[in-house]
Amino acid sequence: MSGLDPLAGVDSANGRRDPMRMQEKLVLRIVSKATVPFILLFALYVQFHGDFGPGGGFQAGVIFAAGLILYGVIFGLDMLERVAPPRVVEFGIALGILIYGGVGVVSLFLGHGDAPAGNFLDYNGLAHDPVHGQHLGILLVELGVGITVTAAMLAIFYMFAGRRMVERPEFGAPEEDQP
Amino acid sequence: MSAKQQTSGLAMIELILFVLLVATAVVVARLRDLFAAVMLTGIFSLVSAGLFTLMDAVDVAFTEAAVGAGISTILMLGTLSLTARREEQQPVRLLPFLVVILVGGALIAGTVDMPAYGALEAPIHQHPMYNEFITGTEQKVHLPNVVTAVLASYRGYDTFGETTVVFAAAIGVFLVLGGRRKKSAKIDGGTP
Amino acid sequence: MSQVMDHGIYWLCIVLMMIGLYTVISRDNLVKKIMGLNIFQVSVIMFYVSMGKISGGTPPILVPKDQPGAAEVVYSNPLPHVLMLTAIVVGVATTALGLALVVRIQEMYGTVEEDEIIEMDRTE
Repeated sequence: MSGLDPLAGVDSANGRRDPMRMQEKLVLRIVSKATVPFILLFALYVQFHGDFGPGGGFQAGVIFAAGLILYGVIFGLDMLERVAPPRVVEFGIALGILIYGGVGVVSLFLGHGDAPAGNFLDYNGLAHDPVHGQHLGILLVELGVGITVTAAMLAIFYMFAGRRMVERPEFGAPEEDQP
Repeated sequence: MSAKQQTSGLAMIELILFVLLVATAVVVARLRDLFAAVMLTGIFSLVSAGLFTLMDAVDVAFTEAAVGAGISTILMLGTLSLTARREEQQPVRLLPFLVVILVGGALIAGTVDMPAYGALEAPIHQHPMYNEFITGTEQKVHLPNVVTAVLASYRGYDTFGETTVVFAAAIGVFLVLGGRRKKSAKIDGGTP
Repeated sequence: MSQVMDHGIYWLCIVLMMIGLYTVISRDNLVKKIMGLNIFQVSVIMFYVSMGKISGGTPPILVPKDQPGAAEVVYSNPLPHVLMLTAIVVGVATTALGLALVVRIQEMYGTVEEDEIIEMDRTE
């Protein structure tokens, strides 16, 4: 068992988990409060500007999840669960894949030009013009990727961060996390 | 500054960054304090992101910086908080070292007849698909970022499968670490 | 000498790869093994990306056609970038799964040192 908990403060002197320690650090609180909105905004920029510059669904998803995780590490898991409820996050993992696969299936049925039907993930038929169809398809597909990556990373973080409270009752009950 | 000088200057920066990367990797492999090693893997990712930028792979650099310095580090720290923070002392073993020297030697021997680094004549750049990706993106997809176009349109199947891998990994972590964290779980938490 | 100039980057990739491989096969600590796996992964990604590089090329983000000199621009090969982009995300997913298994092993055995785990299995 570790003497010092790197993720959230554990007082190694008496071995008791001190959930307030991270939350008492004023500089961390203020700086993270100031930066989290910009991290999330930047993630959205990366998501929707990915067609024109570097970026895309993967990067945006990871940055969005990282912003939320920063919030969770500083302000506690309970606060993060209020922002992103685990149920919504679990739903999001599947939703992203569904959007991706749904675009594929829709393009399967929409032909363009002479073809009566298209191919799976062939975006040409999604709009009146093949180029616009490609734009729309790429945007939707990247959105699906972004949602799945954000939700999967958050869900994995919840699993790891929630583990300690389940398996280590000697560190105090989860209710004590409430400030 | 001429174009040639500029290229050799960039090659110099590339070399320095790569040596820094290898040095970081050696330190990560040797350190017994796992907490410090995790922090160094974050630095390792950032240096490699710099290298990717120099190799014109801006999207890869972006992803590596976000993933390596952000998510991976957090997950490793989470694991360390649940396991040991220090690595146990262990005797030096010769066999792994020999294996590594042999494999590395064989791989280096394999690179000897590879095309030179950065050569335009390399088969990968002469393949018709290279031109298709560049001009096709310009004409059929009309997006400036070729990587996004290839990722989502040309190789849409690939990306779909790969998103499914992320999904499967999340499900796997769910299965391994057990369902949702609930307040009731602490009642049957028992002894750790 | 020209060998070193032409293939030096590849050799450095291989050196990095061997550091990762050595960490994976020689260390007993499971978290350290996963760190070695990460080093190995970055080296493979680096190798792929270095093959897509063209000297004097630019990142594969198209320059507008009406810009002067746009016709002479050489773009680095985008295909390795696309493949490695997916590899990184799959890599972090596998890392997460591996770390989850490490956490479970810690709970079952009380240790993450491989030799101790094997010893426990043997005495059982």
